[in-house]
Amino acid sequence: MPPLKIKKGSSKHSAYDLRDPNAEVLEAHTLAVVVDNEAGVLARVIGLFSGRGYNIESLTVAEIDHEGRRSRITIVTTGTPQVIEQIKAQLGRLVPVYSVADLTVEGPSVQRELALFKVAGQGDKRVEALRLADIFRASVVDSTLESFVFELTGTPEKIGAFADLMRPLGLIEVARTGIAALARGAQSETA
Amino acid sequence: MTRKMTGAKMVVQALLDQGVDTVFGYPGGAVLPIYDEIFQQEGIRHILVRHEQGATHAAEGYARSTGKPGVVLVTSGPGATNAVTGITDALMDSIPMVVLTGQVPTFAIGSDAFQEADTVGITRPCTKHNWLVKDTESLSQTIHEAFHVATSGRPGPVVVDLPKDVQFATGTYHGPREARRSHYAPQIKGDMEAITALVEAIETAEKPIFYTGGGVINSGPAASQLLRELVEATGFPITSTLMGLGAYPASGDKWLGMLGMHGLYEANLAMHGCDLMINVGARFDDRITGRVSDFSPKSKRAHIDIDPSSINKVIRTDIPIIGDVGHVLEDVLRVWKSRGRRVNGEALAKWWNRIEAWRDVDCLAFKPSEKTIKPQHALARLEALTKDHDRYICTEVGQHQMWAAQYLGFEAPNRWMTSGGLGTMGYGFPASIGVQVAHPDALVINVAGEASWLMNMQEMGTAAQYRLPVKQFILNNERLGMVRQWQQLLHGERYSHSWSEALPDFVKLAEAFGFKGIQVKDPSDLDDAIREMIEHDGPVLMDCLVEKHENCLPMIPSGEPHNKMLLGEMTAKDAIGSKGAVLV
Ligand SMILES: Cc1ncc(C[n+]2csc(CCOP(=O)(O)OP(=O)(O)O)c2C)c(N)n1
Ligand SMILES: [Mg+2]
Repeated sequence: MPPLKIKKGSSKHSAYDLRDPNAEVLEAHTLAVVVDNEAGVLARVIGLFSGRGYNIESLTVAEIDHEGRRSRITIVTTGTPQVIEQIKAQLGRLVPVYSVADLTVEGPSVQRELALFKVAGQGDKRVEALRLADIFRASVVDSTLESFVFELTGTPEKIGAFADLMRPLGLIEVARTGIAALARGAQSETA
Repeated sequence: MTRKMTGAKMVVQALLDQGVDTVFGYPGGAVLPIYDEIFQQEGIRHILVRHEQGATHAAEGYARSTGKPGVVLVTSGPGATNAVTGITDALMDSIPMVVLTGQVPTFAIGSDAFQEADTVGITRPCTKHNWLVKDTESLSQTIHEAFHVATSGRPGPVVVDLPKDVQFATGTYHGPREARRSHYAPQIKGDMEAITALVEAIETAEKPIFYTGGGVINSGPAASQLLRELVEATGFPITSTLMGLGAYPASGDKWLGMLGMHGLYEANLAMHGCDLMINVGARFDDRITGRVSDFSPKSKRAHIDIDPSSINKVIRTDIPIIGDVGHVLEDVLRVWKSRGRRVNGEALAKWWNRIEAWRDVDCLAFKPSEKTIKPQHALARLEALTKDHDRYICTEVGQHQMWAAQYLGFEAPNRWMTSGGLGTMGYGFPASIGVQVAHPDALVINVAGEASWLMNMQEMGTAAQYRLPVKQFILNNERLGMVRQWQQLLHGERYSHSWSEALPDFVKLAEAFGFKGIQVKDPSDLDDAIREMIEHDGPVLMDCLVEKHENCLPMIPSGEPHNKMLLGEMTAKDAIGSKGAVLV
């Protein structure tokens, strides 16, 4: 029998996943997951994503109900529709998970992120940074003679756009919170 | 009723209140308070294993053969890490199991204390859920919750990590009824609309097949009963995964045998050619589907599963039904009967004709030999001589396991214990101990390969100590047979490290532990040796020397579809294509 010419790692396929990864388009979905705020719950969710090879684009978590000890995790993930369905089902079977809502399919939603930008510079660049910050409705939360810290809330695109503009003007550091999202309208998607 | 007691006493009390009669365990520093309580009571029997992995597999055997959760008690650090293989095994095969691990005292956690391991961290991905109990007040509730999670929905293993100071401290004990229930409540009843859609499909299908799995067994004996009723009433053929054997009797005339990589020709071809596939509690494992893109290309698929994540995970389903197999089958039967018990009789008769033609191929035929014992022959004789006994079969992992699934017949659920999902060598012997503990008067046989069996051979001590008359039936080919077979198929017959070198003298080994040792190598002595094994009132180690280079067939090579099976004496050449070669 002639030896097989197989390079190690030359195929992404395993016996456990024979789907053609190119057969379907990747979609980004925003998931809102309400969980028991107990020790290790975030590790469980993150471990699920890393263990099963799912993507995390953004993840935020904070307690939303102190008395009921519940937290809300907002995850932006990408995958084929089948993978997205699988992610939701896998999240749903974790014992501390109350509800999983897919804000991308369940109607329109609002998505916001907060970011802090440190911009250092002098002269014209400093003036231009301030002017652009004003246009973006970013507020100045710290200033020295050679730097500003701007605070900006908005969609990830808006924050990305602001970062692009600040870069030539002396952007030296960015901190972003990741996305928080809610469905529009009077209904609760996670209740 | 609430009472004050120490955490250690609570553990024992909670187990008693959960109806636990047996615990498989091994003591150590971090569980000494619990062992002290075990010493002072009579209600729970503790089986002292010889290695913590043995405890987990014994608990699996106990659980699988009784339908009750298996319970394990081990110490911190190495005790917990030794249990990880069995916990993972139970997760893959959906076996209910509660593992109690000792932990260093809460104030020492994180300090790299002696025998400290991050047990909840290590076991997070291999349990259904786990808990670190930080104070005695919440201990009893956590244990009750652990039993609830392990046994409800899709069963699985859970770990409760118990720091030593929590065991010593005093708190309030809550019984199972007063315990706070979590919101964890999987869906049991199936959606009626989907059930009706399935009934409609049953009424018109021309080439239907039931494809059943371990979920039927897990759902309980009533589910197997309902499945039998539905199969008999519709007259549809039925096949099953490795995990589902026994739900429908092997002697039933609708039975096509096991499907999958080493499944029967008729079962796999019927799956490939069917127009309606009714998946009952199986999960489209890669050992079943082969190449997914060519899997059963023309069928409409219904899938009954209690775990929503099983649906559409691998294979797209047309009629998904989330719910407990027993409940759903009951509804399917009721609706089907109320609509007039219709099936497409004419088409069905034609379908059976095709299946009969596949059956005539007789894919399990083998060439017997007068000189050496063929492993298939050994199992056929074991079947003939034991099938009328109150019999439980365990296996290790390898060729012998697949032959056992092919050549032994299972008439009832909970009689077949094998490591399916994880494929854990070393599972069978300790599992047989767990089965025998639960069924002291039954004939418990572990069909083993010599290599697998050696992986947990220390459990001979356990079997001897508790006088458990387990029968270890070793098909000794002096090879890691399944590895050797793949090397023959795939790696140019370069048998890299697939020899079982330096094997012990199994008869002497048996005697050293107080087992009866039997060696047989002549086919004409086989029946007598098997009878001697069965009749001996005590544990037996049978060294059955078999043909060394026998291959396990039929076989669907990795990455091939169902209709590309290898039958009969195979040619090693090009059996697995270059794409299949990267698969496991
Ligand atoms: C713990 C573990 N290690 C390695 C393997 C890979 N493996 C699968 S079958 C097999 C050989 C088993 O040999 P034996 O028990 O003698 O059974 P046979 O195939 O010869 O019947 C091996 C090494 C495994 N399944 N489990
Ligand atoms: Mg062997």
